[in-house]
Amino acid sequence: MQEELRQKALKALNKNALNEEEIDISNFEAGGKEHPYLENIQELPEEEKKDMLVAGVDTTEKERTGTFILQDNSVIHASVLQEGLDVMGTAEALEKYDWLHDLYWNLVEVDKDKYTAKAALEGNRGYFIRALPGIKAIYPLQACMFIGREGLLQSAHNIIIAEEGSDLNIITGCTTASHIGSGMHIGITEIYVKKNAKLTFTMIHNWGEEVVVRPRTVSVVEEGGTYLSNYISMTPVRTVQMYPTTYLKGKNSVARYHSIIVGYPNSDIDVGSQVVLQGEGSRAEIIARSLTRGGRIVNRGRLVGEREGAKGHLECRGLMLSPKGVIYAVPELEARVDGVELSHEAAVGKIAQEEIEYLMARGLTEDEATAMIVRGFLNVKIMGLPEELDAEVQKAIAMSDASNF
Amino acid sequence: MLRVEDLYVAVGGKTILKGVNLHIKPGETHVLFGPNGSGKSTLLGAIMGFDRYQVTSGKIFFKGKDITSLSVTERAKLGIGISFQRPPVLRGVSLGDLLQATDREENNINELAEPLNLLSFLERDVNYGFSGGEVKRSEMLQLLVQNPDLVLLDEPESGVDLENIAIIGDAVNRLLQKDGYHKPVCSRREAKESRKKAGLIITHTGYILDYVPADIGHVLYHGELSCTGLNPRELLGCIQKYGYADCTRCLA
Repeated sequence: MQEELRQKALKALNKNALNEEEIDISNFEAGGKEHPYLENIQELPEEEKKDMLVAGVDTTEKERTGTFILQDNSVIHASVLQEGLDVMGTAEALEKYDWLHDLYWNLVEVDKDKYTAKAALEGNRGYFIRALPGIKAIYPLQACMFIGREGLLQSAHNIIIAEEGSDLNIITGCTTASHIGSGMHIGITEIYVKKNAKLTFTMIHNWGEEVVVRPRTVSVVEEGGTYLSNYISMTPVRTVQMYPTTYLKGKNSVARYHSIIVGYPNSDIDVGSQVVLQGEGSRAEIIARSLTRGGRIVNRGRLVGEREGAKGHLECRGLMLSPKGVIYAVPELEARVDGVELSHEAAVGKIAQEEIEYLMARGLTEDEATAMIVRGFLNVKIMGLPEELDAEVQKAIAMSDASNF
Repeated sequence: MLRVEDLYVAVGGKTILKGVNLHIKPGETHVLFGPNGSGKSTLLGAIMGFDRYQVTSGKIFFKGKDITSLSVTERAKLGIGISFQRPPVLRGVSLGDLLQATDREENNINELAEPLNLLSFLERDVNYGFSGGEVKRSEMLQLLVQNPDLVLLDEPESGVDLENIAIIGDAVNRLLQKDGYHKPVCSRREAKESRKKAGLIITHTGYILDYVPADIGHVLYHGELSCTGLNPRELLGCIQKYGYADCTRCLA
């Protein structure tokens, strides 16, 4: 690791993130036991396969182009079935490709806060996924971040590159073994969407009740490129704080963020998305759905228009299913030149009595009516996922649905 | 089938209905006229049991049972159905999902949707971006699936163009087992007598009467039924002539 990065990281080790409760990283065990590499993921214990499936990671690899699994802090599997795609550990990729060093810690700042600093000092775990120019992945690639050890700090550094004209779908499933209560995950992700490329990045969080989560993600989209980010968190988690940012650098580049978040008692979730529109004709859309059953959810959204003709819309809807929860919607628009078109709509409240009675008048009970409206609110169809991905996400929701609703 | 006795209903603390009495027998279709704000929708809402319509005195009986304090769900399950004048939008809930969830008779939903031109709407969110006519047709489809014994229709023709009124009228007839939607029998009289479904329809314009034969008309005026028990068509003609306030002149 370059000495310069190390020095920067060391200086930032006590730097708290904005808007967050104080987290003491030293409460969690870094490193942990090494796990052996598995050529065949069928060798995974059945229990773990099941845990992963809930986060959208299918170990049968049916309709998957490739698979990456980080268990605790060990890369235990990386494979790819299609020519023109790379799936490997970041450390391996940095050895293999000299040029990659220029893209490493290039978008995310090492000294942004103590989490980025910690990740930098912990090393290059995480995945490197790349689609070569013009390559269209037939099925999604899946990456799993799996914590199987109580109280562990998992730290990952991921790099994704969709080269010119390529088309890539990635599902990242983040989950803990079902017996795990507490743990911490820091994930650095740097995303490059090149000219006319398209990347769909779907992240499903299925952490344990006492897990602290601090992802740090930055993406850059070049001319004609499209970046679609979907985020789903439907299970209890101690705290998540993240603020992924996309720079729409290229002409006619597009970014779309969709998120669906369910908050439970004792959960503190502060999630935002920011898109900086820098390219001529660039367009952005942020759509957020938050539902609380007692936890606190802060939903930030920010659009920054820096180039004339840029267009962006932000929509944030929050549903209160408990008198104890908090939903705090913070939509922000910033125009730095004239001729940008930015808009937002936000609404927070409980389910309208009128909607419940409408369904009751058709013979549903009050509980059935409420459940139906909630399912509608959490409907992932709005994400416009490719069919096979949509089915996976629906399945994951149905599975968490059965245990929580 | 339905008996409303001396019913007083308040909305937000204000008394809207002041002693309404109404009796609907099996097979009968009643029509309710009245100016805006006279309490027509309040009467339908109170019969259905919606929360905002507070019954302060009087009783509602359905099939001989006192339903005054039953929940909306219980009333629906007993066999009361209602079409909303302005139903809410249910985002993320498709019309098809809603119909499946409320179907208790294993209906062929496509077969019911087809004549209402709603096949392509089954995938769409309930009422989201629907035009006036589409909303009404969707209400009819929901009722056909539910198949209630007493149908409450709140202005089924409002906001509907002429072409669509015929489709709505056809659906109402189907709901009420009117001509052509009932088992073939020898005479009209026998048909009428074997019919069990009852209806209460609010209409401003009376257009729906061109398609749906109705038996008895009432005028609700300032929270009271002022003219009641008349032939609906004659009553409508009389209202057009004298206005709602003076409809009692028709009773003479």
